[in-house]
Amino acid sequence: MIRSPDPLTPPASSGSGKLRWLVALTAAAVLAAPALAKDPQRLRTRALASACAQCHGTEGQAVQGEALIRLAGLPQDYIIGQLLAFRTGARPATIMHQITRGYSQEQLEELSKFFAAQKPAP
Amino acid sequence: MMQRRLILQGLISGGALGLAGCASLGGTSANKAKVLVVGGGYGGATVSKYIRLLSGHSIDVMMVEPNTAFVSCPVSNLVIGGQKTMADITNPYTGLSSKHGVRVVHDSVTAVDTAKKTATLAGGSTVSWDKLVLAPGIDFMWDQIQGLRDAHAAGQILHAWKAGPETMALRRQLEAMRDGGTYAIVIPEAPYRCPPGPYERASVIAAYFKKAKPKSKVLILDGNPDVTSKGPLFKKAWKDLYGDRVEYRPQHKAVAVNAKSGTVEFEVQGDVKADVLNVLPVMRAGALAVQTGLANANNRWCHVNFLNFESTAAKDVHVIGDAIQVAQGMPKSGHMANSHAKVTAAAIVAELQGIEVNPHPMVTNVCMSYVDDSHVIHVASVHEFVPTQKTFRTIGGSGGVSDVRSDLEARYAEAWAKNIWSDTLM
Repeated sequence: MIRSPDPLTPPASSGSGKLRWLVALTAAAVLAAPALAKDPQRLRTRALASACAQCHGTEGQAVQGEALIRLAGLPQDYIIGQLLAFRTGARPATIMHQITRGYSQEQLEELSKFFAAQKPAP
Repeated sequence: MMQRRLILQGLISGGALGLAGCASLGGTSANKAKVLVVGGGYGGATVSKYIRLLSGHSIDVMMVEPNTAFVSCPVSNLVIGGQKTMADITNPYTGLSSKHGVRVVHDSVTAVDTAKKTATLAGGSTVSWDKLVLAPGIDFMWDQIQGLRDAHAAGQILHAWKAGPETMALRRQLEAMRDGGTYAIVIPEAPYRCPPGPYERASVIAAYFKKAKPKSKVLILDGNPDVTSKGPLFKKAWKDLYGDRVEYRPQHKAVAVNAKSGTVEFEVQGDVKADVLNVLPVMRAGALAVQTGLANANNRWCHVNFLNFESTAAKDVHVIGDAIQVAQGMPKSGHMANSHAKVTAAAIVAELQGIEVNPHPMVTNVCMSYVDDSHVIHVASVHEFVPTQKTFRTIGGSGGVSDVRSDLEARYAEAWAKNIWSDTLM
């Protein structure tokens, strides 16, 4: 029987990991630009990312204290690593292997970049 | 065009409709496009929020919904089973206005003029729009089952297929039923709202009986040839958890009911009697879509252009959610209505801003079903628009169902509900 271990959790906080985490958060805060009207690519990326929102919150801001994690502000490398691991089956899952197999690697990278750039809500 | 906009503006600035939240977002301006959304369910509320969000609040959105709070159909089976309360599945609409500047009007639309681009509210006002989104959900074709309309009106045979007061009314019927009695759920032929919903309801009621009324029985009378969704998982759960307490009978298409004797008559099979009869009527698109001439699929569902969910019967009128003629493998679910809403919102924003509509939209669906208080199974799918076929297709190799029922998925189901409510309303 395949069981997902725990809900997606951030990387283990070794010293350098923690630093990377902080750097990523700071970068996300700077990059999280306000909604730009009339930007076709940005509109498409936001629409693509909105398909994750039913489970992981609008723009990755999941309701806190629940079993499905907040994607906003997680490091981009971490997100893409997990999404690809779900897709290959390297990381066991209940649903995420079925979802990620519907997306191309380029789309998963686009999503990782988008969620990493969102500033986590306070 | 200008005149139309002035009518809506007049309504808004006049404050006659009690519109909250517009002042803080700068109010309206004459050159802003106006979108009217009819219906505040999973589709309507989501499209209202996302048009505001994706346009950087540059498009005015008015949402007309008679109910003053959002009562979720997903999870409502757990209220019927006694595992949750109405408060657990009820959320306010206030976030749409205060956070997103949607003008939420608690009224009903009684008529739409697709040529003049106006809508008439039950309160008497006329509202003009540049784009209309209808999210009317389902209505019932009462006459398909003889006697059902009257039995329902008398409160004797309920459907509880629109969450609200009827959800609790069915709960009370189950509480009042003697131990040793039979609850029967009668399922119409697909397509109907929420494919796994009837089987989930049967399961959680069986869980209630097992604890509180152990001599009682659940009878599933299905108009379909087999369980419509997650069949093997549901059947295994019934066998493992409830034994003889749950009985499944396929090929039972109801044609008449008798509330007095508690009897259902079927097209082919013999009559069945039960103490609590829960009959799901045959469904079709909400009445407003039908009366507006949009139900052009067998006079029942609404054909749409899947690139932007525009009706194939009227320009600038979009239809989303359970009311549409679905693409293959696309369920009528709250999650899917929320997905329709996002494709539609992005397309409307693009059209009104004069940029190209995404030629390759995608939608996802996840339906979680409880098989008892603490175990859940899911079905998931990912769909892409295929330009050569002009419809959505499920993507090969993606999607699927649970390996097994699990308590882990029950925790995910809780989180799914909290997050989709937030994504739809807050």
